[in-house]
Order: sequence, then C-alpha cells, then structure tokens
Amino acid sequence: MVAIEQLTSRRPALVWHKEASLDAADLVIIPGGFSFGDYLRCGALAGRSPIMNAVLDHAARGGAVMGICNGFQILTETGMVPGVLIRNAGLKFSCRNIGLRPCETLASPFTIGLDLGEDLTIPIAHNEGNYFADADELDRIEGNGQVAFRYAASDAAGPVNPNGASRDIAGVLSNNGRVLGMMPHPERAMSKLHGGTDGAKFLLKSLEALVS
Amino acid sequence: MQAIVNISLKEGVLDPQGRAISHSLNDLGFNEVGDVRVGKQILLEIDETDPARLRQRVARMCETLLSNTVIEDYSIEIPDEQ
Repeated sequence: MVAIEQLTSRRPALVWHKEASLDAADLVIIPGGFSFGDYLRCGALAGRSPIMNAVLDHAARGGAVMGICNGFQILTETGMVPGVLIRNAGLKFSCRNIGLRPCETLASPFTIGLDLGEDLTIPIAHNEGNYFADADELDRIEGNGQVAFRYAASDAAGPVNPNGASRDIAGVLSNNGRVLGMMPHPERAMSKLHGGTDGAKFLLKSLEALVS
Repeated sequence: MQAIVNISLKEGVLDPQGRAISHSLNDLGFNEVGDVRVGKQILLEIDETDPARLRQRVARMCETLLSNTVIEDYSIEIPDEQ
C-alpha cells in the first residue's frame, strides 16, 4: 500500500478477505505474506476466501490483477494463472536480491513498458517459489507469451535460479495478459534505502498502463 | 462417518522434502532406501450415513480444496463401508 501511494499519491482501498464484493478498480493487488500460515498448501485457503469470488469476477471482466509472492501462490490456487508453486528445491527459505529478466510476452499492461534487454534487481523472500507445470503446459505458456519474468542468467550473489523453478520462471501471465503472478517483491525495491529502485520502476510502468 | 483422504504428489513432480528424508535415512545407515515421496493424510468426521454419498461429497472436497490436481493425486477410504 505504501509503495502504491508513494507512486501515485493516491491511497489504494484495502479490502478485507471476508468481504464478498469489490468496488470497480483499475488494479487489484494480492500482496505477499503467509495467509493462513500456509496451512494445507501455500495460498490454498486464501484462494477460497469469500473475496476471491469477487476477484475472479473482476478478472473475468478483463480487470487487472497482480499477485506478489504469497499473492502469486493464491492466484495459482484459483487457476487465474497457470502452474503451481512448490517447495524450493534446496529446501531453504530464499531471501535476497535477484536479477530478473523481462520476457517477450503477449500484450500485457504489466510488461508493455519494460525493456527486454534490461534486467531488474528485485528481492525475493519465499520458501515455496519453485514454479512447476508439466512440460506440455510449460511449452504452451511459453508459446503464448505468458512468461513475464525469468531469473536472470547471472548475478553477483551466486547461483541464479534460487528455487528450482521450471525453466527459471519467476512470473507468469494469464492467457489474456491481464493477471500477473510473480515471486519477487517489487514493493521492497522502492528507494535507495531499500538497496534499489527497480521495483518502483516496474510498478510505475504497470500503473501508467493501467490507471487512468 | 469417517472418511480418510490420502494425498500424494503426482509422478514426475519433484519432492524436495522426500529427497532430504531419503538422504538422512541413507546417512543413518538405511542404505537400502531409494526414492522417498511425502504425502499427507486427512481424516474427516462427516455427518453422513450413506457411504456412496459420502464418497461423492469428499471427492468434491478434494477437487475444490483438499488437493491441487495440477501436482497431486488423491484417494478416498471409507473404513465403515462394507
């Protein structure tokens, strides 16, 4: 919320998960966290919270939705984006800055402003970020241009793919490009004090494409 | 009636937890242990007396919440069903 307010000077509406309806919105953001303590599967219980029917309706009308980290896990649990996020291959919670490579995608407000040649540095912090789909599904989403971000081929901190994600996938789009799920936290790279501003750069470009 | 749901990872889905358990068992001298897969079991007490209806309802629960069919398979046992 602070990040969006910082970029737009407008206060986003905070919606409680028990609510059943959603006012018209340019963008719905499902932030990170550990909803329901990751019980059953990460994102599984939150994915069935009362508000999610309204979020599904919003997306079905072509509304934009962004899910970050646990928000991404929630989106996969609802089927709004393909695939699923499983335990990191190294079994360790992974928390550090990481290079993120924007990919060529279908038309999407989340990727339209990004330069393909320019990697972003944005932090990750997760235990279940290992993106999984079977090979046919991976071929399909790659063919459709639904891969928004991959972990970049090299960065200063060490091995690149931090969690074993299939084909280094860090973020995916729905088949209409209006829903984005991503593991990295752009809202944690908003100022020099955070160690970088690439998150702000990415969010601002998405907001410019979405908010009138 | 009680229903028992067993959830397992589909073949081909990486199980990092299972792999770590396998390594630990090998380190403890259980060298005969190869692949290990970790699943979960959910016991449900349900207000229902007809096993067929119970099975149908529990299957719905598995499809909508208890399992993620992208990566998991489920099976349902009803101990009182004879």
